[in-house]
Amino acid sequence: MSTITLHDTHNNDHHDGHDHGHHKETFITKYIFSQDHKMIAKQFLITGIVMAVIAMGLSILFRLQLAWPDKSFPILETFLGKWAEGGRIKPDFYLALVTIHGTIMVFFVLTAGLSGTFSNLLIPLQLGVRDMASPFMNMLSYWLFFVACVIMMASFFIETGPASAGWTVYPPLSAIPKAISGSAMGMTLWLISMVLFVASQLMGGINYISTVLNMRTKGMDLWKMPLTIWAFFLTAILGVLSFPVLVAGVVLLIFDRSFGTSFYLSDIVMGTQVLPNEGGSPILWQHLFWFLGHPEVYIVIMPALGISSEVISVNSRKPIFGYHAMVYSLIGITVLSFIVWGHHMFVTGMNPLLGGVFMITTLIIAVPSAVKTFNYLATLWRGNIRFTPAMLCAIGMVSFFISGGLTGIFLGNASLDINLHDTYFVVAHFHLVMGSAAIFGMLAGVYHWFPKMFGRMMNAKLGYLHFWLTFICAYLVFFPLHFLGLDGVPRRYYAFTEFEFMQKWVTVNVFVTWAAIVAALAQVAFLFNFFYSIFKGKKATQNPWESNTLEWTTPVEHIHGNWPGEIPTVHRWPYDYSKPGAEEDFIPQTVPYSQTMHSNMPHDFEGNAESERIQREWDAANGIVREQH
Amino acid sequence: MSLRKFISNKTIAALAVIVTVFANTSAFAQEAAAGAAATAAKPIDMLPIYKSVAFYTLLFLLVCLFIAIIGKALRVYELTREAQDKPEGINWNTINAVLFILFLIVGLGGVYFEYTVHGSMILPDAASEHGKKIDQMFNITLILTTIVFIGTHIVLFVFSYIYKHSGKRKAYYYPHNNALERIWTIVPALVLTVLVLMGFLTWRSIFYKIEDPNNKPISIEVTSQQFSWTIRYPGADGVVGLKNYKLITGTNGLGMDFNDKNNLDDQMAEEMVIPVNKPVRLILTSKDVLHSFYMPHFRVQLNTVPGMTSYFEFTPTITTADMQAKVNDPAFKFLFLCSKICGSGHYNMQKVVRVVSQAEYDAWIAEQPLIINNDLRKEFNLPLVADPAAGATPAAPADSTATAGKDSSAVAMNKPALKK
Repeated sequence: MSTITLHDTHNNDHHDGHDHGHHKETFITKYIFSQDHKMIAKQFLITGIVMAVIAMGLSILFRLQLAWPDKSFPILETFLGKWAEGGRIKPDFYLALVTIHGTIMVFFVLTAGLSGTFSNLLIPLQLGVRDMASPFMNMLSYWLFFVACVIMMASFFIETGPASAGWTVYPPLSAIPKAISGSAMGMTLWLISMVLFVASQLMGGINYISTVLNMRTKGMDLWKMPLTIWAFFLTAILGVLSFPVLVAGVVLLIFDRSFGTSFYLSDIVMGTQVLPNEGGSPILWQHLFWFLGHPEVYIVIMPALGISSEVISVNSRKPIFGYHAMVYSLIGITVLSFIVWGHHMFVTGMNPLLGGVFMITTLIIAVPSAVKTFNYLATLWRGNIRFTPAMLCAIGMVSFFISGGLTGIFLGNASLDINLHDTYFVVAHFHLVMGSAAIFGMLAGVYHWFPKMFGRMMNAKLGYLHFWLTFICAYLVFFPLHFLGLDGVPRRYYAFTEFEFMQKWVTVNVFVTWAAIVAALAQVAFLFNFFYSIFKGKKATQNPWESNTLEWTTPVEHIHGNWPGEIPTVHRWPYDYSKPGAEEDFIPQTVPYSQTMHSNMPHDFEGNAESERIQREWDAANGIVREQH
Repeated sequence: MSLRKFISNKTIAALAVIVTVFANTSAFAQEAAAGAAATAAKPIDMLPIYKSVAFYTLLFLLVCLFIAIIGKALRVYELTREAQDKPEGINWNTINAVLFILFLIVGLGGVYFEYTVHGSMILPDAASEHGKKIDQMFNITLILTTIVFIGTHIVLFVFSYIYKHSGKRKAYYYPHNNALERIWTIVPALVLTVLVLMGFLTWRSIFYKIEDPNNKPISIEVTSQQFSWTIRYPGADGVVGLKNYKLITGTNGLGMDFNDKNNLDDQMAEEMVIPVNKPVRLILTSKDVLHSFYMPHFRVQLNTVPGMTSYFEFTPTITTADMQAKVNDPAFKFLFLCSKICGSGHYNMQKVVRVVSQAEYDAWIAEQPLIINNDLRKEFNLPLVADPAAGATPAAPADSTATAGKDSSAVAMNKPALKK
């Protein structure tokens, strides 16, 4: 392994020198069709932020409708035209808003925005690599993602409106244009956008995996990788194995819609018109969709978990508790997430026998999640916590992960799911565990690695304001929704006016909408902070958080190839914070044990007899008594 | 140098504050004067202003300005401290730590409020046999998760507070403890095993029913379409007849095959009426897209799938009248509704469910019209039944006492059939 790494390093050095000698970067190669992983990370991040703002705006629109179903908002007609005639959103458009909000948030923000940004930024920087395994493919990955975003947004500008069958686009609703107007052209665009998106994810994922496996710097064995990298690596594996299944499903749906096949359609009568399709099953789509769809949830949350592990450890000035357990629990989640998809289908009419099996696998996945939570808590214990904005967000992430994760125990239980399925309880559950937790993980990452990305610091005080407003409002928005679900209020209802028993929840909806509006406005603090700091922020130092990982050994100014000289060699794990005997409360991964004779511990040497002997002799010479194995 | 800078900073800041205050007061004074003049002329109707977007935009900008001023003031304060070589004036670390504790306390209050106030607005106790088991499981899960929820949050925020940064101590190097990790792997695993087993057994008891020959279930077929439900009762033979989607026409909305004798006595109903304590076997089908048959009070939900029939068996245990007394609401109704997104009318697909005594049920079911009528007989080449004129005069009241009146029932049946 090490010989290969050395060889690679050498090659890259050579290549790097070559690059600088003969080739001047233009605006286009630097900022647009960049092949540099740091620039691609920034492209993913900024696109992700733009998409997040759009999706958040859509959510405010439908929250307005839910809170004041009989009020008219003339401004809406100004912007939305026929979709909000008389200032009131139409039912069709309401469903389109819900659908596109979900699609953007899950795929474009929390998958591409999160993995795309931080895998690209950190995999090379934290592993000591000059760039991704295939920079060209990496560039392609971003541009396919960008085109997918554009196509998705384009569907707002066509006559029949965007896809509106829910983000899960269950056929037949999504397959038959007559069933809902969004299933005409809008759905076609949705499907095309999704194919491009998956292609982008696959290119990214293959890059991440090959970079992690083949290009780590000298000394960086798998068990010395930071947890961020473990999380990104396993996320990429999940994506590479599950996204193609979605494409398969999507292609079949395209066939059903455009070429008259019957993969998902059978026995359908629209009004009195009998459709010719026979022999298909709508359940097939659900199996294919959720075979991606469930791993997708972990594709969203695992990077957030990885980022939080790193941020919590750095800012507690303590090693992450149970590093190995953290890795094994990530692996456990990765493997299990492939065999739990059926818990989305307990009441679809799937054979009840399968329901029982999927319930067992689903509840098992709570065990590694619990281990992670307890390890976070143990990491905080007797720490020396610095509340940087990143740390606040990471703690917020843990809080949401607990709150949302626990309601998963209800929904994963097939018997309880009978009455909770497709109600607001589900909405509350996944917005906490997957929405809020993942967004907070992402925000933690942005605050933490902003200095690395832009060479400047974000304003901490605006960060505090942003965190506290968002944290509080997210709970105010999503906590009450559980109780709507427990009252049997189904999700994706345009208005609660038609049912007497739902009317008592309208006041709660008003409250939730106000909380959502405040949360949305709080993001202005973040956006201002982010874009202002890119240009005017305080100049960052090389290692502003006093962190151990390799990315902080690169110069503040970005250079192609990351390190000006030789790539650093790694000697220790990334979590030597506050090690007894050490002078500082952190020891970077590049510091060899020979320089830290005071703080070395027996298990540091992993049974290497020679090193242990040297340490013993040094101890004896300096009169230090250490406990042995 | 730095002192001069500081002085100029301070002066400028002071000037800025004075100017702002002055400008504000004078502006407000002017506004007040103008306002007074206006009120004297005629009272201003503020309502349209409160409704205008510009008002809220300005309000938000004002808030931003306010925050910016606070930010500047803080900055000036910090620079002052820095220039005087004093330690940092505001310990943000402590502030955030305290905020976490406050959040914990207020949050626990909020959770208590939610559990008691919103918690009392949720569905009443289950009105079905299996629903009671589900409720029991729900309560056990709720207690367990609430304990973990509160416990972990107390630990999370209290640790955040206690172990906030201090220059005096060093964090405790504590990379792992295998015993501890084993405990918090095994304990959740055990608890979850118990929950899984309970859930699994409950699930099986719901979907794998052993039929009691003395208490055979009533079959009721429910068919969904955009955006309504059709309820079909099996008639005297207790069997819901065959249907085929290819037979669906304007008059034969369900596509029933009347060559199947079981169809001849099938009845249509506008609401679902079921006898208490008698098992009901729902036969769920869909005509167009996916819908979900959801009966929240009975803890019953199953999707209706085009091309596939699904079944759900349950036993109602409480009549509508008893439930009205129990929840103290004379207008209370059991319902079923659609919970799977199905199109623009998804939010209004409901039918009333009435649970009654066996005697009431028997009386009610006898009154329900047959589905078959002379139009359908013609379509299927079946012998017509007398009085074809009745079909043209739907005004003729359906005689509810007529037991042999197949034709009069058929007359009444024309209405829903024609509506389709």
